[in-house]
Amino acid sequence: MKSWKHYLGLTVVSSALLLGACGSDAEEDAATDEATEEQAAESDTASESADQSSEAAVEGEVSGDGSSTVAPIMEALVEEYSASGTDVQVTVGVSGTGGGMEKFIAGETDFSNASREIKDEEKQKLEEAGVDYTEFLLAYDGLTVVVNSENDWATELTVDDLKKIWVEDGTTKKWSDINPEWPEEEIVFYSPGTDSGTYDYFNEVILEEEDMVQNATLSEDDNVLVQGVQGDKNAIGFFGYSYYVANKDTITAVAIDGVEPTNETIESGEYSPLSRPLYTYVSNESLQNDPATYDFFEFALDNAGAMAEVVGYVSLPQEVTDEQKAKLEEFKN
Amino acid sequence: MRITEQQPGVSKRYIDQTSVSKRMDGRKITNTVFKTLFFMATLVALLVLGILFYRILSQGLGFLSADFFQNFASRFPEKAGIKAALVGSLWLMAVVAPVSMFLGIGTAIYLEEYAKKNRVNDFIRMNISNLAGVPSVVFGLLGLTIFVRALALGNSILAAGFTMSLLILPVIIVAAQEAIRAVPQHVREASYGMGATKWQTITRVVLPSAIPGILTGSILALSRAIGETAPLIVIGVPVIIHFLPTGVMDTFTALPMQIYDWAKRPQADFQQVASAGIIVLMAFLLLMNSIAVLIRNKFQKRY
Repeated sequence: MKSWKHYLGLTVVSSALLLGACGSDAEEDAATDEATEEQAAESDTASESADQSSEAAVEGEVSGDGSSTVAPIMEALVEEYSASGTDVQVTVGVSGTGGGMEKFIAGETDFSNASREIKDEEKQKLEEAGVDYTEFLLAYDGLTVVVNSENDWATELTVDDLKKIWVEDGTTKKWSDINPEWPEEEIVFYSPGTDSGTYDYFNEVILEEEDMVQNATLSEDDNVLVQGVQGDKNAIGFFGYSYYVANKDTITAVAIDGVEPTNETIESGEYSPLSRPLYTYVSNESLQNDPATYDFFEFALDNAGAMAEVVGYVSLPQEVTDEQKAKLEEFKN
Repeated sequence: MRITEQQPGVSKRYIDQTSVSKRMDGRKITNTVFKTLFFMATLVALLVLGILFYRILSQGLGFLSADFFQNFASRFPEKAGIKAALVGSLWLMAVVAPVSMFLGIGTAIYLEEYAKKNRVNDFIRMNISNLAGVPSVVFGLLGLTIFVRALALGNSILAAGFTMSLLILPVIIVAAQEAIRAVPQHVREASYGMGATKWQTITRVVLPSAIPGILTGSILALSRAIGETAPLIVIGVPVIIHFLPTGVMDTFTALPMQIYDWAKRPQADFQQVASAGIIVLMAFLLLMNSIAVLIRNKFQKRY
């Protein structure tokens, strides 16, 4: 009859053991990690500045959230930053530009990543909440319009064409509606979800706030868009440059007003208007009063360019990087 | 109209054998048709599971190595690891298991053994069953409002653990209630008849025979908590994290969050890393479910 008590005891003991195991795991891992991270640091370009940041023994926690487009850069930065031997613990969430802003306004994060400029209503809410912030540029992304690789007609479009294709006008769109020489077949649309900064940006510069075609397939997962365009000859879609780079062989990028998206055209701004900066908004209070935040961003601005290139974005020109650093310097204690 | 010797059960001429045998074929065919149909239905589920397993294993096994368990997330697929998420999920369970089981089993004992049958208690019972069907996102919002913001726990293990506990609480309560209800009334009455108090009856008679059912239900509920993503996203659990939690107030990340993040990456290699993550999560789930089955088989007692 005592078997269940025995059982309860066993459960308690085993969960204690499990936790204990985690605890000791953490310590051991920390030791082995240093070794692996040292190796990693040696092989990485970003480690040059590692020495600088580890000099000052700053401690603390920095938390951020926001755009999933910016997330790969942030991940690379956090990876390198923690490999530099710092005691600062950085966490970054991926709630999307809008979702991240909400947390930033609520004062739950120190910084918020955004794949578009901050909106007026967000500025206003931040003001009401008493959050002062500074905008930093991290990298450039070329919002890339893509078509199926069998599509040999629409490889070059003007901004007006794009608007004509994407704006809802109550008709079912065929390629021949845009140019009579093109096939008389229905266009199939793939677009990022409405919560993403990518959608917002496209909406602003191409659609000029008019409604997007209603039969577009929206997805928060850009891989779904890639697969959609790969699978349909009449498909058109758009997403961040890194998703195009990763699938270069299977989809075709559309040249906008004669300019193809490449690292050079995006950096120079020639790929206009779809070349866009990626931002992070940092709380002034955290920068001023929390050495950990300052330390992380000092590292981040130094390495954002290199990390952006690695994950498929385009680094800022040197003078823009210098401007960003100068902005940060103002908060130095 | 003749009774055959081979049918000993039939002793009188009540059954018209010719008309029976006339219809028998049709009945047999109906039986076979439905048998095949239901077998196919079973097969569909198994087939899909098989395809899933094949896909996940063939994609993920290549990335499953000792390093995978020892590394943090990385921008290089070959260096990406699941350490932070795995340890985070274990911590999460360390909060969810005691909290949800204590509250859940406590509620069940109260409702089944102590509560009188009146409107208030009926209302509570009905609501608990309904809560079990509430989508997990709603529990996430609840957690965000109460634990993260009102109680200022932030996106800590504790806040996430409480949220997950709430999520699986109804399931545990219902399972425990059913297990307790399955203990026959006459056993309780025998206990009272021997002069035992209510508490003695509960701890020495009811719980010992109900515990397998309770534990099975609890473990299945816990394995649901391991796989849930939506509440974690809502309460703002980060994915990019390069340290391990040291206490329940620390920030953390969990297995499904990490897998979701990998699956969204543009590089094809990360899809395979995600598969490797799924293998870890599945192994975790299968382990817990088999423990549940084991407990049920080993301790099940019938009156």
